[in-house]
Amino acid sequence: MTEVTTPALTIDALGKKCPIPIIMLAEQINYVPLNSVVAVLADDPAAFTDVPAWCRLKSHRHVGSYELPGGGWAIHVRRNY
Amino acid sequence: MAYFDAASTEPLHPRAREALLEAVDVGWADPARPYTQSRRAHLLLEQARSEVAEVLGARPDEVSFTSSGTQAVHLGVLGTLHGRRRAGRHLVTSAVEHSSVLHAAQLHERDGGTVETVGVSLTGRVDPAAFEAAVAREGTALACLQTANHEVGTSQPVAEAAEACRRHGVPLLVDAAQTAGRLPVPAGWSVLTASAHKWGGPAGVGVLAVRKGTRFRSFLPEDERERRRVPGFENVPAIVAAAAALRAMAQEAPGEQRRLSELVGRIRETIPKVVPDVEVIGEPVERAPHIVTFSCLYVDGEVLLGELDRAGFAVSSGSSCTASTLRPSHVLEAMGVLTHGNVRVSLPRGATADEVDRFLAVLPELVRRIRHDAGVA
Repeated sequence: MTEVTTPALTIDALGKKCPIPIIMLAEQINYVPLNSVVAVLADDPAAFTDVPAWCRLKSHRHVGSYELPGGGWAIHVRRNY
Repeated sequence: MAYFDAASTEPLHPRAREALLEAVDVGWADPARPYTQSRRAHLLLEQARSEVAEVLGARPDEVSFTSSGTQAVHLGVLGTLHGRRRAGRHLVTSAVEHSSVLHAAQLHERDGGTVETVGVSLTGRVDPAAFEAAVAREGTALACLQTANHEVGTSQPVAEAAEACRRHGVPLLVDAAQTAGRLPVPAGWSVLTASAHKWGGPAGVGVLAVRKGTRFRSFLPEDERERRRVPGFENVPAIVAAAAALRAMAQEAPGEQRRLSELVGRIRETIPKVVPDVEVIGEPVERAPHIVTFSCLYVDGEVLLGELDRAGFAVSSGSSCTASTLRPSHVLEAMGVLTHGNVRVSLPRGATADEVDRFLAVLPELVRRIRHDAGVA
């Protein structure tokens, strides 16, 4: 199933090393309504693994990770609570 | 200072130290020459070979000494692939093998061979059925599997993998670097590798054992030493010390490794209770007795290691949050766990409950402070 959702918030963590992208996500996910999607833009390879792992640990949902044309990914996370 | 990095290197065992000092005096000659001093060195080398073979469950003539565990893996992987060239050029490994295995695999690929990497579960364990499916592929020349993972301690299903390899006529290289001397070597290997400094021997000695009947051909220039498997003059005193350490370690193992495993169990159980937003990773029961790894969310692992060092604890990290490393740990990536904020605690022989309790007492405040400084609410 493909899920196309426009992110309610985009966090630009490009050029930021782990764990900063996760710290930004943890702080800002509370700014969006329940069930909406936050996109984390990141190019630290660690973020590709760490954002989904964070979702698992914090019971949010990793929707998908999409490659960005300029390198890195848009990693989509759905706020569950 | 508490030293908790045995998975990097175990401190020299007192038996090894004694044996080393003695052998430096009497075992310095070239073991391949015909005179008295050489015969003595030769005798010491062969005695050490028998002792190592006995502990590892091999025959003496199957055992060769290398200059490191890494060299043993390189020679073992590439030599077996070379010897089995006519059977095929396909290599199977798990995704969490030591980098020495993965780097040998990359060389094999650059040389025109093929490699299949079998993934692992969230706890870092290979699924035996997936491993067998990979091994069953036509043209598989070699499969590689570690006894236990060096970064998270998870044990691999080596006996099942060996059984699968036997069914398909494929040799299995077992990398026992993290468990040799601590746990019995699982049966069924065709090639076995290990590293002496991980069991309390000196650095500079590795073991490459090749089972009788396994096709093996060194890919290096011809050399007479070590059954033609390893080039160069053996470091006899270090090998003698390595054998002494292995015997002593294996003899102490039933009691000592159980004790260390209980301390690891205490760490696994306590950390989630005293540190918020932490995950203890790896298999909780099916694991090396001395290794435990946990990940602290929002924490730069290198910073935490520095703080722990200042507090008197030497630990290690799979963390990649340094400018010098471009990729996160391939092990943590394959598991799908956090690749930042990792701490690996690996207990050496003699680590005390007091040291572990002190570690558990100082950790929460260090993590809290690092998070606070990073602006984590």
